[in-house]
Amino acid sequence: MYMRNRLFLNHLQLACLTLLTSLSVTQVYAADSASKLGLHLKPALGHTPDMHVDSIISPDGLALPDGSGSAVEGKDLYIEECANCHGNSGKKPGNAIAGGKGSIGTDQPFKTVGSYWPHATTLYDYIARAMPYDKQKSLTPDETYAITAYVLKLNHIIKKNDVMNKHTLPKVVMPNADGFNELE
Amino acid sequence: MTENVAGKGLLHRRGLLKATGAGLAGGILMPVMAPALAAEPSMAKSWLTTSGAPMDEYGAPSKYAQLKRVNIGAHPYGPGAGSSSTPLESLNGTITPNSVHFERHHSGIPDIDPAQHTLTIYGEVKQKLQFSYEDLLAYPMETHTYFLECSGNSYSNVIFPDAADKTVGELNGLISCSEWTGVPLHYLLEEAGLKTDANWIVGEGADAASLTRSIPMQLATKNVMVALYQNGEPLRPAQGYPMRLFVPGSEGNISVKWLQNIKVQKTAAYTKDETSKYSDLHVDGKADMFSLEMGVKSLITSPSGKMKLNRKGVYEISGLAWSGAGGIKQVEVSADGGKSWATAALQSEHRTLSLMRFRIPWQWEGQTAVLQSRATDDKGNVQPTRAAALARYAKANIYHYNGTQSWQVTNEGVVKNVYA
Repeated sequence: MYMRNRLFLNHLQLACLTLLTSLSVTQVYAADSASKLGLHLKPALGHTPDMHVDSIISPDGLALPDGSGSAVEGKDLYIEECANCHGNSGKKPGNAIAGGKGSIGTDQPFKTVGSYWPHATTLYDYIARAMPYDKQKSLTPDETYAITAYVLKLNHIIKKNDVMNKHTLPKVVMPNADGFNELE
Repeated sequence: MTENVAGKGLLHRRGLLKATGAGLAGGILMPVMAPALAAEPSMAKSWLTTSGAPMDEYGAPSKYAQLKRVNIGAHPYGPGAGSSSTPLESLNGTITPNSVHFERHHSGIPDIDPAQHTLTIYGEVKQKLQFSYEDLLAYPMETHTYFLECSGNSYSNVIFPDAADKTVGELNGLISCSEWTGVPLHYLLEEAGLKTDANWIVGEGADAASLTRSIPMQLATKNVMVALYQNGEPLRPAQGYPMRLFVPGSEGNISVKWLQNIKVQKTAAYTKDETSKYSDLHVDGKADMFSLEMGVKSLITSPSGKMKLNRKGVYEISGLAWSGAGGIKQVEVSADGGKSWATAALQSEHRTLSLMRFRIPWQWEGQTAVLQSRATDDKGNVQPTRAAALARYAKANIYHYNGTQSWQVTNEGVVKNVYA
């Protein structure tokens, strides 16, 4: 909309704008040269969003939502929403998310949540954004915590009654947590 | 006669025009599976005697020269999740037409209305900022020619114990090259104002998978752009319309398509696609995370897999080379499986983080040969042999494979993928 309005500037405005622009060109050019930003003038059109949800959950868990769930609560949901692709035990070939314990570092590495993933928060983050495959983002936080707990239970990382929430999930230590070389 | 510069018939790179040989006018090589065009010499050429078709709004290739993506794969549980590859054997030059740029989607191609799409920058910034598509179109832009390669490219040559009899595109077509135009990301980050702990950005897509990747700030503020145009036209939906991150030289996955959020953080997010996927496992059980730069690599695209040499004489060996570290300094070609090498001519004006086309003439008189290419980038990195490339990682690690591609040529002129 602002672009259209700009086209209807009257001559006086245009003259003022030209003067202002020439002044700011000089200023911005000087500033840019100093900070190596180049010669471009930038319009600064970013605005404060009305509503915005933080959807990216890191190992610190700070972006985890309220809510909770355990493996006991997640079992039926998992069977209903996840088992078709991942198998009841999480070991369906091609989409296995459980098993492979101790296989990393052998000549038959088998990467699953339990054998390979370094952070438990990644499981919540991924289920919340990308699963179930045909109904992405349909699960509530309680359901997501419960399925997260069930997958961790399938991998024998937590017990069936352990409650996962924004405080407990980041504290879960994954078996392969030390298996990665970080960026140098 | 033109001088031989390496074994099995390689000629000096400047010798192509001077070379003589039987059937020099043989034309380009076609894969044998390509349909033969029936010649009907008795008929008059109708295009000489009848006016042609009218103009149209958005052109299409000749029906005689149609290109198709290859290896269109789909996950059994989700047809939108998979990849398709560029038919490298059918292209020349360095630019990939948008219609055959390789694809890799994790939950299909979204149909995004740009009027409803926004990009939000938040996290460790002084002010959270949101931009509309129209906003971004008003920013100063840059145009660069860059390659894009999936980190899983050439995985067939890693996982199959016997070399798969496939075309170069089927084997190695998760590489493409385009002219990308967009807004330098640092303009937007500077507008939001980075705080002291702004060490990483995390880009998130607006597809159903909302694919999310972390990028170190040093890289994100280097030559990364929010790309809006590809080869002069707005991005195609399959390439991230209306906007995508573009991180030149890095594994394709971090150039997040359908970009809707950039969260600035002190640490990486350790998302599923940077931990469970796209991390590189070593023999000792340790895996590299954020191994983003694509290694120096080259491929001969002609002659290549499933083609047939249908005459004796001089051929042009031609291919592509690239490096995530910068530009290509040299490409050498061997016709005897790496025993002797000759330097190829390099032909591209775009020398940084782009595809380089190399060419060298070759005399084929029915001898068996194993054709290979070996690239060196301007940082001195040399493309490894297949054995050396495989030795870097644990068995079946499919990412960041840049070993030599070898094509065997039989006495009959059949060209086939081999491990050599």
